[in-house]
Amino acid sequence: MSAPAVARPRVAPGLARLLRRNAWTLGTYALFVAVMIFTISIHPDYGPYEVRSLVVGAMPLAFAAVAQTCVVLGGGIDLSIGAMMAVANVVAARYMQNHDFTTAILLSVAVLAGGTLAGALNGVIAVRTKVPDIVVTLAMSFVWGGVALLILAKPGGGAPDAFLALAGGNLFTPWVPNGILLLIAVVAVVWVPIRLGRLGLALYAVGSDRTAAFRRGVKVGPTRVFAYAVGGFFAACGGLALLMSTGIGSPLAGTIYTLSGISAIVLGGVSLAGGRGGVMGPIIAAFVLTMVPADLILTGTDPNLGQVIQGTLIVLVVMAGGLAPLLRSRRRAIVRGASSG
Amino acid sequence: MTEDGILLETRGISKNYGAVVALRSGDIRVRAGEIHALMGANGAGKSTLVKVLTGDIAPNAGVILLDGREARFASPASARRAGLASVYQDVSLVPLLTIAQNLRLTGTTMAAIRPWLQELELEDVDLSEYARDLPTPTLHLLDLAQTLASLPRVLILDEVTATLPADLSERVFRVARRWRAEGRSVVLISHRMTEVKALCDRATVLRDGTTVGVVDLASSGQEEIVSLMLGPAAASVVVSEGAVADSAPARKVDPSPAVEVRELRSGLLQDVSFTLRRGEVLGIVALEAQGQADLFECLSGNRRPDAGEILVQGKPRRFRHPHDAIGAGLVLVPADRALALLRQRSVLENIALPMVNQLRRWGLINTRAEGRRVRTAIARLEIDTRAGSRVMRLSGGNQQKVTIARWLATGFLTLLCFDPTRGIDIRTKEQIYRVLRELAASGSAVLLFTSEMPEIQLACDRALVMFGGRVVAEFPAHDATEAVLLRAAHGLERGGAGPAEAAS
Repeated sequence: MSAPAVARPRVAPGLARLLRRNAWTLGTYALFVAVMIFTISIHPDYGPYEVRSLVVGAMPLAFAAVAQTCVVLGGGIDLSIGAMMAVANVVAARYMQNHDFTTAILLSVAVLAGGTLAGALNGVIAVRTKVPDIVVTLAMSFVWGGVALLILAKPGGGAPDAFLALAGGNLFTPWVPNGILLLIAVVAVVWVPIRLGRLGLALYAVGSDRTAAFRRGVKVGPTRVFAYAVGGFFAACGGLALLMSTGIGSPLAGTIYTLSGISAIVLGGVSLAGGRGGVMGPIIAAFVLTMVPADLILTGTDPNLGQVIQGTLIVLVVMAGGLAPLLRSRRRAIVRGASSG
Repeated sequence: MTEDGILLETRGISKNYGAVVALRSGDIRVRAGEIHALMGANGAGKSTLVKVLTGDIAPNAGVILLDGREARFASPASARRAGLASVYQDVSLVPLLTIAQNLRLTGTTMAAIRPWLQELELEDVDLSEYARDLPTPTLHLLDLAQTLASLPRVLILDEVTATLPADLSERVFRVARRWRAEGRSVVLISHRMTEVKALCDRATVLRDGTTVGVVDLASSGQEEIVSLMLGPAAASVVVSEGAVADSAPARKVDPSPAVEVRELRSGLLQDVSFTLRRGEVLGIVALEAQGQADLFECLSGNRRPDAGEILVQGKPRRFRHPHDAIGAGLVLVPADRALALLRQRSVLENIALPMVNQLRRWGLINTRAEGRRVRTAIARLEIDTRAGSRVMRLSGGNQQKVTIARWLATGFLTLLCFDPTRGIDIRTKEQIYRVLRELAASGSAVLLFTSEMPEIQLACDRALVMFGGRVVAEFPAHDATEAVLLRAAHGLERGGAGPAEAAS
């Protein structure tokens, strides 16, 4: 009698379910491959130099996307990521100039610590004052934007060549720039342990349903602060990557990464409602979003039209990706409400 | 434990949200080794008291004594460590995590939960499914299994059975009895009087946020509980079962059919045919998942049937959208209020919502006409609008009345009610039955699915019993006793005139 109400037929066990659950990330990979094929087709002598510019160009956006992912997964949003990147960028550029590699590394560690604290501050304010995080972080973006200009009023500064080589150089082969290794290493060392541990679980739980998470015994406030702190850490990484990519500090260059980071996470399959997605999708999406404008320039398209095309592409991709769950949810019943009848 | 065997005691717990007092003075004394019912009308403060007991919210005043010692719980986790754990009315599993991950969140080991999964017959559930992909009754039982795994000394069940079909509720009761037998305590919140009477030892009754009495269920009956719940002012409206039907205006069933369903097929539904006449309340009785939800989905235009016909006043209609069904006069009151209402908006806006198609003048909403019709509907259903600026602040019963008032104000031909009284207190239930009967008396047709079989005799003229996606029996209301309906709903006998024959 009870069997149909409780036991559910397993429609897609094992592999099929794994594919279904990661469909979006796989879709992002497919998009990357498609764009890459297109790039090579219009640019037949695609070589190590192009790979290097792609990686160096995509790194700041990739870090910005990972930073936003951490916050959004926990059910928040951080509009100050770009401004925090700008501060990290100008601090590093101003004080690294004319110093050696060791000093640059020590300074980087300090910048990363500062970024983590700045992120945590966002979280503490949002949690303690109960002001909506979108307001808190928007206000903080003005604060950090101002601080960046106070530190460095106009583009300048610099960094030792060895430091810049962390992104643009290559240890093994010219086909694999250091930047990609650095990106993988940082994400692997910082994100992977979080994702696999209890903290990651708490983060996803809080993003998915705050009340339920609280009742499950998750410390909601500290978890949210933690999400912002990790976001701040990756924003600082982004600021340093920006320095590696341009060679100088710029107080305004970072700010665009707040919105383009959000584009990347949306394209990468992170739900802005929280609790769903991962970091791989947004990283790949960051590479796609870096390649598309470059390709459009190569094909001789007006850069302003390029903006239009890029925006349209994001909407189309997200629409296509949203179609499947939409179709599924339309079939979800209204009548039955809380029962399964 | 204190000398009189009291394990858990609260004194003068109060909680208010701004100006709204949810709990004035909640007192409860639970002995070790008893099943203790916590009863009260909707909005009496039961859920608030439970949330205080389990650390979900902090009280404004009052003390909790566990073993005679004062206890404070900062979070559900700390209450659980102290031995108090609750299964909440709304499922508290994180929807986007798998069941296994949800278990990890509370640190529940597989070894600890496995016996309880067996006890509740959940061995077949795939723990790697996302919580949101499982049906609500299953989630409730999983929630219970996990709560049991922490072996709480006081197990609190907040309206758990409201969303469970009878056969699954029985598993919950089995566990509750076992808990009592092992010398631990259970606090049960339920609106189902028979359930409470059969299971519980004593009952604490709350009214308007205050404990008004403790009833020993072995020696006194449900009348005492009901009169405590209703209070001295309302004692005169206490009615025994069946009285509502007798007191209702004499109904003339108009033979003209409002809705005819012919060989409808969709989802679990297999070739269902019946006729709903104007001026009658037709009850549908079924166990969980026998196709009743699919039937209501099709009739309300929420889904297109695979086969079969729906005739409204003799004309075949095809609904592509709920808008089409509403246009044809078929309107739905779903069980889950949250699906019908705009929770953040006012009572007025919620009632007026479907009317905007009628009351527009040059694209603007005619607010005066709107207000008049809304006020009439509010008065007729006696909706308590004190917290009316946001529907989510109303009690469940009042929310359900808002859903019905919406259609009263808009106008309709046929009201489709899918378990409208789920989780609603007795007094509001009676008001709803009365309104349904008045609607029928004034010429509307009402189709009422209910998970509580005694409702059939209280509110309906006829009852259809569904089993396995088919209508298997039909009874006039005076024959439709709970025992008869229950047998038919389990597919045990074919009773009455088969509607399939009647249609042909």
